[in-house]
Amino acid sequence: MTPTSSPAAPAKRQLTVPTVADLAAQGKTPEILFWVGCAGAFDDRYKRVTRAFARILEHVGTDYAVLGLEESCTGDPAKRAGNEFLFQMQAMQNITTMNGYGIKKIVTACPHCFNTIKNEYPALGGEYEVIHHSTYLQQLINEGKVAVKGGESFQGRRITFHDSCYLGRANNIYEAPRDVLAALDADLVEMKRSRANGLCCGAGGAQMWKEPEPGKKDINIERTEEALATLSGQAAALDNLRGVETERTAPSEHSLQGAIIAVSCPFCMTMMSDGVKNKEQESAVQVFDLAELIASAEGINA
Amino acid sequence: MLQPILFALLLLAAFGLFTWQVRKIRANILVGRDRDMSGHFSERFNKTLLVAFGQQKMFKRLTPALLHLVVYVSFLVINVEVIEIIIDGLFGTHRVLRFLGPVYDVMMATNELLAVLVIVAVAAFWWRRNHNPPVRRFTGPELRMWPKLDANIILYIEVALMVALLFMNAADIRLHELRREELPGTFPVSRFLAGLLPAGSETALEVLERTGWWIHIIGILLFLNYLPSSKHFHIIMAFPNVWYSRLVPQGQFSNVESITHEVKAMMDPSYEVPAPPVGPDGSALAPTPFGVKDVEDLAWTNLMQAYSCTECGRCTSVCPANLTGKLLSPRKIIMDTRDRVEEKYNSPLIFHPNVYGEEAKHEPITDLANATLLRGKVTPEELWACTTCNACVESCPVNINPLESIVEMRRFLVLEESAAPNSLNIMFSNIENNGAPWAFSPSDRLNWADDLYVAEKATV
Repeated sequence: MTPTSSPAAPAKRQLTVPTVADLAAQGKTPEILFWVGCAGAFDDRYKRVTRAFARILEHVGTDYAVLGLEESCTGDPAKRAGNEFLFQMQAMQNITTMNGYGIKKIVTACPHCFNTIKNEYPALGGEYEVIHHSTYLQQLINEGKVAVKGGESFQGRRITFHDSCYLGRANNIYEAPRDVLAALDADLVEMKRSRANGLCCGAGGAQMWKEPEPGKKDINIERTEEALATLSGQAAALDNLRGVETERTAPSEHSLQGAIIAVSCPFCMTMMSDGVKNKEQESAVQVFDLAELIASAEGINA
Repeated sequence: MLQPILFALLLLAAFGLFTWQVRKIRANILVGRDRDMSGHFSERFNKTLLVAFGQQKMFKRLTPALLHLVVYVSFLVINVEVIEIIIDGLFGTHRVLRFLGPVYDVMMATNELLAVLVIVAVAAFWWRRNHNPPVRRFTGPELRMWPKLDANIILYIEVALMVALLFMNAADIRLHELRREELPGTFPVSRFLAGLLPAGSETALEVLERTGWWIHIIGILLFLNYLPSSKHFHIIMAFPNVWYSRLVPQGQFSNVESITHEVKAMMDPSYEVPAPPVGPDGSALAPTPFGVKDVEDLAWTNLMQAYSCTECGRCTSVCPANLTGKLLSPRKIIMDTRDRVEEKYNSPLIFHPNVYGEEAKHEPITDLANATLLRGKVTPEELWACTTCNACVESCPVNINPLESIVEMRRFLVLEESAAPNSLNIMFSNIENNGAPWAFSPSDRLNWADDLYVAEKATV
């Protein structure tokens, strides 16, 4: 459920998201390309993140555009799965498109697209300044362009941030998403395994598209249990999180009602949401991306 | 003057044997593919200072870090005394560094205190490995048999060396008391041990002192020649290994140059693919396979990493796949690499490669000599369990990168054998046909932007 804006619904404006091709027809190049990514374009849950981020871009008046139908998979899942040939085919195609339009700067809400374009495209002739939306949101907040008020209040709500591997360990971005969450004035709690020690949601490395190998437990269940125990203040339960299914027995210090698991990656979003459902906590705990939280705190959803 | 001659011969033999073993290891590392690791001097220098000398990454876990620090510092400091032992041994002198006066007092006292700390630390290490149940990362199918024994042997040798050092000093104290001579140095620990020794017989004491001295030095020389067969070789390899760390972001996977040429040629027919490499006689060399099937397909740095691994298991203990009961263990892949390169090329004095059975879901291997790293040691099930999350890479105290080997072996499975799991093949064909890993129509790519509204609000 998307957080709703303030009840007195203000005037709203319909957006026509600009495509790079449209701008090119007018002889213009956007200052920044919003790389939507396949999950952002096709996954029903993550489309809401894409929409929230587009609202923010419009709200602050960014000179942006999307590739629209000209965007294609970055090739990340193919490369992680070992299909280097397919990866390079995808990469070259995207690089040809972007270089053709003279793209210099890219923002994306997907850490996998971010990592691939930033680190692996240069060797194939694609040199861009690439930023992840958590860093972009951090900049908007620091510059005062987003006030993080006027919408839903998150004051006092318990939020824990789940680090994405491809943002964190892969690219050393740990503080930007936390700075963004800090602007919400919520009650931030850290999981025991966080930042460089963060535990993967289980979807990276092309695991998103296959069943897990045989084991004792699914990785997203392990991680969700940790998130829930952290949110409810059951520190003792954390020590049992070693590859076995745990039953929540210790009395909770905090109610889980209204608690939030914050993510910054479409795959983490899927894995953590599935985990929360598996633990039958979906009526209490919600999984949100940073952009959704900021858009709703800013009151720009319509 | 038999002793100095014997000693010189022993020294020569020990260093000769060690050199012979190290040359074998060097040859093993060089069977790997070439990789240019030159440049970035200051960055590498700083990394080596921090991570190797400064043990920065050890301090993520305080207890083992402190215990390890004790043994590491003692190794560096007590080895100063080894220099004295070598000089004494060669020239028939006794405590030749005594001319240092008060400095010598401090040195001897420090060594003795460190020796006691080492014994305490080693006892703690032994307990962590051998009590029931042991610390989780000291378990697993790859840590049975020889690797388990190896870890304990190292601990026993370290205790034996320290005890020999202390008893050598104690006997020396007693001996000097008996002869009413002054002994250079201060001995805060062996002073008390001296009381335990018989006061009467000078010969017995002399024998005891000499025995302690010889055990200490022979022990060190034996230990030196044990290193190449052992995980303890990390005390040497950790330094070059950290020096040659990857310096790019951890999320950046290597580019396959040969594929880049092919793809460029496909997209632009006028693109000229560089001529394949030729051998010394001018004939074209056999094309190198995509990815890694056996050890010689790995880069030399990957093989050096296998020799830097001390099997501590930090990688495996943070691996999300391993934590949740999957077969994958990053440590096993590194250990398998070392086992395989020694099985196929040169092996050191002691060589007991891990052979896995049912437990690791290995098919019975009949032809050990022709069993490759991939399938012979590492199963596809292990490789496909990896989430490429980099937790293993982040956790390694000496910057070993198991992920690189995993991805290279996946490349071989996919590009040379078309042996990806079926669900991944579906994902591949979705990308090929729809430009997305899921089966969605590319014409729906902008549907997310339909009926999108933003609340009008004065910007701040």
